Amino acid sequence: MKNRSLTKGLAALAAATTVSISSAAQLLNVSYDPTRELYAAYNSAFAKHWLATTGEKVTILQSHGGSGKQARAVIDGLGADIVTLALAGDIDAIAEKSQLLPKEWQARLPNNSTPYTSTIVFVVRKGNPKGIKDWHDLTKPGMAVITPNPKTSGGARWNYLAAWGYVLKQELGDLTKLHDAAKAEEVAQAQTKARAFLTALFHNVPVLDSGARGSTTTFVQRGLGDVLLAWENEAFLVIKEFGADKFELVAPSVSILAEPPVALVDKVADKHGTRKLAEAYLQYLYSPEAQEIAARNFYRPRLDAVAKKFEAAFPKLTLFTIDEVFGGWAKTQATHFADKGIFDQIYTPTAK
Amino acid sequence: MKRTPTDMPPVAATHVRENDPRWVRATLIAITVLFLGIFLALPLASIFTEALRKGIGVYLASFRQPDAYAAIRLTLLVSAIAVPLNVVFGLAAAWAIARFRFCGRNVLLTLIDLPFAVSPVISGLIYVLLFGLHGWLGPWLNEHDLQVIFAVPGIVLATLFVTFPFVARELIPLMEEQGSEEELAARVLGASGWQIFWRITLPNVRWGLLYGVILCNARAMGEFGAVSVVSGHIRGLTNTVPLHVEILYNEYNFVAAFAVASLLALLALVTLGLKTAVEWKVRRDRAESAASREGSTP
Repeated sequence: MKNRSLTKGLAALAAATTVSISSAAQLLNVSYDPTRELYAAYNSAFAKHWLATTGEKVTILQSHGGSGKQARAVIDGLGADIVTLALAGDIDAIAEKSQLLPKEWQARLPNNSTPYTSTIVFVVRKGNPKGIKDWHDLTKPGMAVITPNPKTSGGARWNYLAAWGYVLKQELGDLTKLHDAAKAEEVAQAQTKARAFLTALFHNVPVLDSGARGSTTTFVQRGLGDVLLAWENEAFLVIKEFGADKFELVAPSVSILAEPPVALVDKVADKHGTRKLAEAYLQYLYSPEAQEIAARNFYRPRLDAVAKKFEAAFPKLTLFTIDEVFGGWAKTQATHFADKGIFDQIYTPTAK
Repeated sequence: MKRTPTDMPPVAATHVRENDPRWVRATLIAITVLFLGIFLALPLASIFTEALRKGIGVYLASFRQPDAYAAIRLTLLVSAIAVPLNVVFGLAAAWAIARFRFCGRNVLLTLIDLPFAVSPVISGLIYVLLFGLHGWLGPWLNEHDLQVIFAVPGIVLATLFVTFPFVARELIPLMEEQGSEEELAARVLGASGWQIFWRITLPNVRWGLLYGVILCNARAMGEFGAVSVVSGHIRGLTNTVPLHVEILYNEYNFVAAFAVASLLALLALVTLGLKTAVEWKVRRDRAESAASREGSTP
């Protein structure tokens, strides 16, 4: 009897694996950590939309993990028809290391291929016992700051850059000075200050988890740390899941506009014969329905009408982009996060 | 310590124990109980209390989720493939090592132990480096539309690797101890190779083999590290039970996470029970065979 059910199981699994290769009505979306709830909601909405417009049933498979780790898996052969990662740099890595999609992927969809944005905010314990208001509070002695590892986590890189940009904004007042050759000396001084600030900040980090969810769990479940640096959507989710009676969101004065991009993985989709479906899946992310789903999952929508509708839901803060302050992901990655980059220089000496 | 080893009387352990002051015994027992309580009993109890926190209905509903169901099915499938293969490999390796003296025997022994020495993450990475798109065999596999890693075959391979030593390691000492006298006798009496195997070798090691299978199965179902590296974490497709527990936990779905974890805990408890029973049986068999051998020597 046991044998029979086993054979059945084997047959079912064999069927399942063949389906994943041959059927066109299946997509694999390889995504980063905090988008689980967003894509669970979006996938069912898209499946309904696709069935209504084409009469075709579609199953969307999800894989979630740290953004850098997920990119690595796609490079190593994880058959993603689409990737929806935390930052453009990770999709650049796929394009560069495995040529599965063209290098100009980011120009193929509107808004830098980012249908929704987010930013970096703070989560503190109820009542804000340490009185954390802005970035400069994080470097006070004895403050325990929870953030994931910028080497493996996309969110952590945004955290790091948000803090860096805050110092530049404080020092320079006007971020356009960064591109003004006449102000080079002033800029250099500000950059030195930013580096010292980040050194002091990471001195206050007791543990670096590998992904954003790991850090959230450390802060929320294990009760470690005074403040969690988190994606805005992750911060709202924590408050929704665990209650406003336990945690509070603190919006700093200045933060970074985080753009988590989406892309079609051309070679994989062509091999699976899913290009049309995958493209439709990505385009539908910009539809009013999808934009509302994004907003309800605490991502900032791109569509003006939807953005206006949910205006009150998001804290107001000054946002700068990675392009204006750091000159894009490729440069940022090389300067700050590559082996022996600035992060390695400022973090290693203080590591306990 | 007042006494030196030399003036310690060569007596049974029970005697020494009685000589220890009462407080020493009490402290040692207390430490042991405390240690076991903190590191075993408490976590085990917490798994079940967390799992049942919202009632038995929610607990059972956790298993009816399609993703949970798929994870359980995949775990059963993987161990159904890995365990029998390891029984065959383990028997063959143990037989070769216990019965023959050959060049490279020690190397083989070391190789069998390798999965114990290597971190499971490395075991997984080996397969990524071999079968990944940029690995040694990746381009060829890709051309022929074969998916090894981030699919079921990769998970089976990684599980096979980490569970490889369990059966062989259990059988080698047993077969060495038993010697080959009975097999030689059967050979002299004209038995064929397969007859010897089915009638003598296998029955002699059956309890040891069962013991190895139980351990091998427990590890195959519980393996996390190696499988995590090669799985790709596609829900409903390449998530095993341990990976599914991690996912549920990361989604703040604590009751379901602990409910599924309790399955693994139950598996561990059943394994422990079976292991104890088999151990007891093996010890009795060995004592019996030793006694009969002693009785037969003039």
